[in-house]
Amino acid sequence: MKAGRITGAASLEAFCRGRLHTAGLVSASLAAAAVLGVDPAALDAAADARTPSPALRIAGRKLGRQLMRAARATWPLGELEALAREFPKGAHQPVVLGLAARAAGLEAVDAAYCAAYESVSGPASATVRLLSLDPFDATGVLARVAPEVDRVADRAVEAARRVVDGGVDALPAASAPLLEISAEVHAAWAVRLFAS
Amino acid sequence: MHLEHHHDGPGAVSADARRPDGARRALRIGLGGPVGSGKTATVAALCRALRDELSLAVVTNDIYTREDAEFLLREAVLPPERITAVETGACPHTAIRDDISANLEAVEDLEDEVGPLDLILVESGGDNLTATFSKGLVDAQIFVIDVAGGDDIPRKGGPGVTTADLLVVNKTDLAPYVGSDLERMAADAKAQRAELPVVFQSLRSEAGVADVAGWVRAQLAAWTA
Repeated sequence: MKAGRITGAASLEAFCRGRLHTAGLVSASLAAAAVLGVDPAALDAAADARTPSPALRIAGRKLGRQLMRAARATWPLGELEALAREFPKGAHQPVVLGLAARAAGLEAVDAAYCAAYESVSGPASATVRLLSLDPFDATGVLARVAPEVDRVADRAVEAARRVVDGGVDALPAASAPLLEISAEVHAAWAVRLFAS
Repeated sequence: MHLEHHHDGPGAVSADARRPDGARRALRIGLGGPVGSGKTATVAALCRALRDELSLAVVTNDIYTREDAEFLLREAVLPPERITAVETGACPHTAIRDDISANLEAVEDLEDEVGPLDLILVESGGDNLTATFSKGLVDAQIFVIDVAGGDDIPRKGGPGVTTADLLVVNKTDLAPYVGSDLERMAADAKAQRAELPVVFQSLRSEAGVADVAGWVRAQLAAWTA
């Protein structure tokens, strides 16, 4: 926003679409694979490999640690406890999300939807706070990208099924270099309204 | 035997009184209150008063800077590894009450890295009169207001003034200059809080933070009893 790339609903929509089909697809695939019982440590390493920016890796693990605390308090499951023990400072958030969904008895597609939606709802609410965008316009953007969220969730589940047989290399590795670069620039700011 | 079982267990979920290794965790005391009422100055004075007798650490919460942590570092009230800044990135009360996970991580990491600790002070960012700490984060809370913020604040009440385990009315030395009536503030606080304690304090006076430090010692004695 500070760089002037997002100035209103139209540019927010373009940004959301880009994030959804790159970082969103990768997160949704990781989460879906975790629901299907793929080894979470292998998924965590795959998430690292798909996250070049150190700032984003740190943020992803912080969010994973926070989600882990909430998930353990809500749905006690041996696999969650084991992951918390193996990653005391946090596993990547989509992996924890998938395991939490598994603990809650949800399907792979449910976790994929959560991750895909999260990839667009975060920027939309940030725009309401930082740009004072009309919240109804932001909601409209989310409604318009909803059909694409459907398709990304489906693609993520297909990828996750391939991972069950073919290993984590079958995960998509779509990336958005500008997201990675701006995360590094943002981490160096002295005054930040958001931690990531 | 039961404790052995937890040795390699995952970390605590929230306010569990025992650490994963079975040891009792540090007492956690929260300090909240409006912007500029003297929370950081009180924390600094408490550190100076208690650091020779207790193993302690501080977590500060600022909305989008590390100002409060940097003040404490400049004042050298504690070694730097005992001070952690949480950037809340939102209204401060959110991080001490509604989503306490970032602050829980800070207190747990401090115990892991510089423990064992007797006491951790968790200072909220300056907020409004409704700000209170979750019981999942702290064991007791201090609400700090000051005489220059208006002597009607105790009368107005609100969760901070009414329910905090200790109410501190700070900067009493300024009362004559801002026309604040300390007796009225004391009477209003008594009416709002019944038997809960209130301390009137001027950090510029000789007594300084002594009353609040005494209250903290009593909390710690009860925690370790």
